[in-house]
Amino acid sequence: MMQLLNLAFQTEATTLENGVAQATELASEAIQQSGGASHLILLLTVFVLAVFVGVEIIAKIPPTLHTPLMSGSNAISGITLVGAILAAGGDNGTWASILGFSAVVFASMNVVGGFVVTNRMLAMFKTRK
Amino acid sequence: MSPDLIDLFYLLAAILFIIGLKGLTKPRTAVKGNLLGSLAMLIAVVATMLHQDVLSVGGLLIAMAVGSVVGVVLALKIEMTAMPQLVALFNGLGGGASVLVAGAYLAGKEFSGKVASGNSFADVLTATAASGLIGAITLSGSLVAFGKLQELKFIKDISFPGQKLLNLVLALASIGFGYLVATQPQHAELWFWLMTITSTALGILLVISIGGADMPVVIALLNSYSGLAASATGFVLNNNLLIIAGSLVGASGLILTRIMCDAMNRSLWAVLFGTMQGGGKALSADEVYTNVKSTSADEVAMMLEVAQTVLIVPGYGMAVAQAQHAVRDLTNQLLGKDINVLFGIHPVAGRMPGHMNVLLAEADIDYDRLKEMDEVNSMMDQIDVAIILGANDVVNPLARTDPDSPIAGMPIIDADKARTVIVIKRSLSPGFAGIANPLFSADNALMLFADGKQAIVDINKALQEG
Repeated sequence: MMQLLNLAFQTEATTLENGVAQATELASEAIQQSGGASHLILLLTVFVLAVFVGVEIIAKIPPTLHTPLMSGSNAISGITLVGAILAAGGDNGTWASILGFSAVVFASMNVVGGFVVTNRMLAMFKTRK
Repeated sequence: MSPDLIDLFYLLAAILFIIGLKGLTKPRTAVKGNLLGSLAMLIAVVATMLHQDVLSVGGLLIAMAVGSVVGVVLALKIEMTAMPQLVALFNGLGGGASVLVAGAYLAGKEFSGKVASGNSFADVLTATAASGLIGAITLSGSLVAFGKLQELKFIKDISFPGQKLLNLVLALASIGFGYLVATQPQHAELWFWLMTITSTALGILLVISIGGADMPVVIALLNSYSGLAASATGFVLNNNLLIIAGSLVGASGLILTRIMCDAMNRSLWAVLFGTMQGGGKALSADEVYTNVKSTSADEVAMMLEVAQTVLIVPGYGMAVAQAQHAVRDLTNQLLGKDINVLFGIHPVAGRMPGHMNVLLAEADIDYDRLKEMDEVNSMMDQIDVAIILGANDVVNPLARTDPDSPIAGMPIIDADKARTVIVIKRSLSPGFAGIANPLFSADNALMLFADGKQAIVDINKALQEG
């Protein structure tokens, strides 16, 4: 009798355990799926908000600084360097590495050259008082 | 370094980019703004190098060193007059990097793992396609712009019948291949590179038929594209910093593009796909130039002597003649004689937004003397002598008076309303718009036919002797 009860209890426990495990699995899957979809929305949100920030900041730029703004923002667009480092640095095989390393060279030219030339230009914009 | 910590550093970098860009909008804070931007980039790069997946640190450092050295040498050696080319070149490199990163993603292990798992991930693939497409247009378009600005011989203004149709076909093909990248992960790499080829061709064809005075629009637009390409790469790699920095640049480029278009009273569409609208009944040069009076450097010097306020309106011709240092000497001499000197800068003067300002700043001319179009126009009645140096269409009064002219409605500097106008020009040849300029034969205008730099030097000499 005792044994039977024990067995029943065990079975119940295991089914319960299984159930919980199954539920957790289902839940995490659901989260992953919905997380996948909403993640894109999250990235889009960041993108759109950043565009608005950009517009707000730049809207009143004086024409005097159009060229330095362009070359400076151009250097910032070299942020692809971060992506290039991730692409080149990983263990991804020869072809991917070749592409990645070329990207690193291109992007670092863009970044470093861009900031240096902007600095050079801006240094000239001084009022003599 | 843990991914969360790296993301926090990315957040810090994003904030610094925003503050840095804000700094770039005021002359006083601009130098600091640029430094903040480069600091942000340094933080981002160092944090990325500490990512657990980044293995070949040594190789990366070498690659970055190579790129940096080339970049620094170019940045320090370049003549200020060649600035538009350099900006175009750097722009193209950024676009090229986006193409390569997207390509590397498709060739990498993470991607092949995802394909093997059979899950759908069309969102990432769409971003990859966008990154490649925009990046390739940016790359090839910028390189063509570079070639045109550098006046490389093998790049000519090419336009042929059916060009618009071919552009349309290439655009549709690029989008079609992009769609295949997103929907057929197994063959994504093949479709990706085919798409890169068609969009590279599209970039070349779009820019090759765009002429000189429209260059500021093109450069600003390509600047915007390079940012958007970086943003798209951010969607591929799931990286917020790329998205934020890229969209900031995209937005700033778009604003500049709009400013440039407004300053020419042309739509972006007309710049990219059309030529100038054909003028209805444009007057021929012979009809317009009935009253041209030419003058000499000595005569100009005498007029300047008795002037109180002198306005100089520079254009691309000043850059070509490298006249900015001579202009500085003239300015200083006039200031020494208590004659006020101002500069009227049209927004699209030159080949890039702000081109004239950079040249005059290089020659050490106080930027407080550089006045915007509206400001100059409001005080034109106080100008005794206006010197037009290498500018043409931006001072053509037809923009105000002739509604049929190709430049009708374009805001101009009203130099014709100054008491006396001196036009320094080699000949009576038309500007980019290809129309005659009635200013040259106006009653209050005198032509000084000479090379821009030589003319200013001669006026200077005459002033010294007089």
